[in-house]
Amino acid sequence: MAAPLIRMHGIHKAFGPVQVLEGVDFELRAGEVHALMGENGAGKSTLMKILTGIYAPDSGSIEVDGQAVSITSPADAEKHGIAIIHQELNLIPALSIADNLFLGRELHHFGLLDRKAMATRAKEWLDRVGMSRLDPSTRIERLSVGQQQMVEIARALGQKARVLIMDEPTAALTESETTTLFKLIRELREQGTGIVYVSHRMEEIFALCDRISILRDGKFVGTRDVPGLAFDEVVKMMVGRTLDARYPTRTPNIREVRLKVEHISGGMVKDISFELHAGEVLGVAGLLGAGRTEMARLLFGLDKLESGKVTLDGTAVTPKTPTEAIHAGFGFVTEDRKAQGLVLDLSLRENVSLPRVPAHAGLVDRGGEKKQTAGLIDALKIRTRDMELDVRALSGGNQQKVVLAKWLALKPRVLILDEPTRGVDVGGKAEIYHIINQLAEQGVAILMISSELPEVLAMSDRILVMHEGHATALLDAHGATQEAVMTAATGGK
Amino acid sequence: MTLQMNWSRAGTLLQRLGSVIGLLLLFIVLSVMSPDFLTTGNLLTVLRQVSINALIAFGMTFVILAGGIDLSVGAILAFTGAITAGLMASGHGIVLAMGAGLGLGLVLGMVNGVLVSWGKVAPFIATLGTMTLLRGLTLSYTQGSPIPVTDQGFALMGGGYVAHLIPLPVIWMFIAFAVCGFLLRGTVFGRHVVAIGGNEEAARLSGVRVSPMKVAIYGLSGLLSAFAGIVLTSRLYSAQATAGAGYELDAIAAVVLGGTSLAGGRGWLFGTLIGALLIGFLNNGLNLLGVSSFYQQVVKGIVILIAVLLDRRQ
Repeated sequence: MAAPLIRMHGIHKAFGPVQVLEGVDFELRAGEVHALMGENGAGKSTLMKILTGIYAPDSGSIEVDGQAVSITSPADAEKHGIAIIHQELNLIPALSIADNLFLGRELHHFGLLDRKAMATRAKEWLDRVGMSRLDPSTRIERLSVGQQQMVEIARALGQKARVLIMDEPTAALTESETTTLFKLIRELREQGTGIVYVSHRMEEIFALCDRISILRDGKFVGTRDVPGLAFDEVVKMMVGRTLDARYPTRTPNIREVRLKVEHISGGMVKDISFELHAGEVLGVAGLLGAGRTEMARLLFGLDKLESGKVTLDGTAVTPKTPTEAIHAGFGFVTEDRKAQGLVLDLSLRENVSLPRVPAHAGLVDRGGEKKQTAGLIDALKIRTRDMELDVRALSGGNQQKVVLAKWLALKPRVLILDEPTRGVDVGGKAEIYHIINQLAEQGVAILMISSELPEVLAMSDRILVMHEGHATALLDAHGATQEAVMTAATGGK
Repeated sequence: MTLQMNWSRAGTLLQRLGSVIGLLLLFIVLSVMSPDFLTTGNLLTVLRQVSINALIAFGMTFVILAGGIDLSVGAILAFTGAITAGLMASGHGIVLAMGAGLGLGLVLGMVNGVLVSWGKVAPFIATLGTMTLLRGLTLSYTQGSPIPVTDQGFALMGGGYVAHLIPLPVIWMFIAFAVCGFLLRGTVFGRHVVAIGGNEEAARLSGVRVSPMKVAIYGLSGLLSAFAGIVLTSRLYSAQATAGAGYELDAIAAVVLGGTSLAGGRGWLFGTLIGALLIGFLNNGLNLLGVSSFYQQVVKGIVILIAVLLDRRQ
């Protein structure tokens, strides 16, 4: 059998005293889709950063096509045909699709840009990723997150990547974009590309991948062939224990109407009405661009409410700023925790108390702040050695818990969650579901926007489905099916 | 700081200590090279010279930490100094004159803040505009000639001594340092300054009133500039239209030498004090060593570049 495309052996990496990888092996064959799994903080990202030349390993070897290589910079990785599609997209918003595709390798005649050739080539690349309806001259900032991701993939393909690393590629994609992506991945596999698929979504991995490698706490647990592999076994390998249940159950405690939304419109949101009860989880489903986040922004005072009425516990509220919304009793866990949820260079403690710093007459109460943070670290099981650690250093799941902690400190009456488990591993997800359940049981009214249908169905009491800014259905979650939600989400009857 | 420091914080600390180490090295070198350097008289003179820049740089630290920049500080210093001197020259009392000067500095700074927050003008451009405007206003107010100050009480602000030894401006500098340091580390205001510089969107979504905060931050910078203007006017016994020219750059240099990131969100006030001292002792040392003023600027420029390059390496 031919040498594998990539072979990493005995990789060690430490950051200061923290050992992140301890003797990890990883092998990728040509023409396979290989899932890399593990809880947040298991070392997946570090391993991939080593493969792409962002970090240098402390020890261990890397072979490409059976030849030992040294990859010390992203340029080296590119030379060996290794490309990565990051979870945080690396595109320049103000430049066009074509400009981004050719960034750093522009086509030119004696220094003059050959825009025509680039536009033509860009069109071909976009066709390959099923985005032929996009105009290459469109600026990146006008694209949805999903479309931006397809542009990134197109760029990697254009660079003739033989190894494609995808980090949570479907996190922001709509169903149809996901289908397109999977079709594309299968095509690439046929052509002999090796694909590393980093994801937490089990269903996808079982549908798509040939083999799974699992890391736990920086150690290599094993590689398994997917055919014949049981779901539970993977979970067990990842967490070192069996999880009780993917979606924990909640004791229903639905009480009076807390939030009454009547015919609100603004921006792309058109005439939405619903009631949200104390102790209820109202799921909001819909495709990307259906206006779910926009609706949340209206309620939170981020965008202008053009018409309609919002009543909270019997009092009309029309917050014009987040500050007013917070005072009224809203909390908002945003979709993009790094851009909108956290100040990465501040400590966990400082982030948690950002909405309201424990203080007397403007003077920070350090003791009270530490006590509050310690309590929330306990309650949310945030894994960190020290509350003074910059949140930048935490794993995705723990960062998400910090964002939750930030709002829980305020004891909100209505908590809006926008994709609360995006980029969070199986164990972390279960913990976040558990937190959501506890909050609901305590009587918090929860509006949960999510693109993961199983999550919406399992966690919600009722489901509001949106399509192109309108509410197309309000379903009872018990008895609702994925098909029913999707039908409403696509505007079907 | 506790002993159980994590590695990223330790790295930051090392980075931060860079400026302190630089200052110590400079101290040692100058002590060896010039016998006049390590004398109480010389050291206190340098501290007095540094105080004006330090006062401005403290305000600048808040602005830069919040992700902004304030080019108008030197112009505010000149304008408020002239108004204060003018009021006294026309027979008003020292308290009213100084109050008016400080109040004016605060308001002018707040105007910068309004332009930057509600006006959505880039801080560099907004404060470049107010700087130019205020320079012009100062020239027309003074008609280009100095406004002399005769009030002996006022002259103490910049020229007085405590215990016949420590110049009053040095005292002002340390009081301002203590107050600003507390403001930055001990208050909700300070916390929000750093949060805005670190991630303005996250701060806004967390309910931080970003626009009023910016008005207050630039207001603070204006207030400290006006205070520096009063001290300078007092020390020189007159207000000059061209006073404070280039001070904005010295203040920015002090902040950056101190290890505060120009991108905002990371920095400390102690570093700014060290940065201001570095610049002051460097000037002093070069004078003592008889280096021509032309080359002094060259050396200063090189020091700033090296400091920033070292900062980037870490």
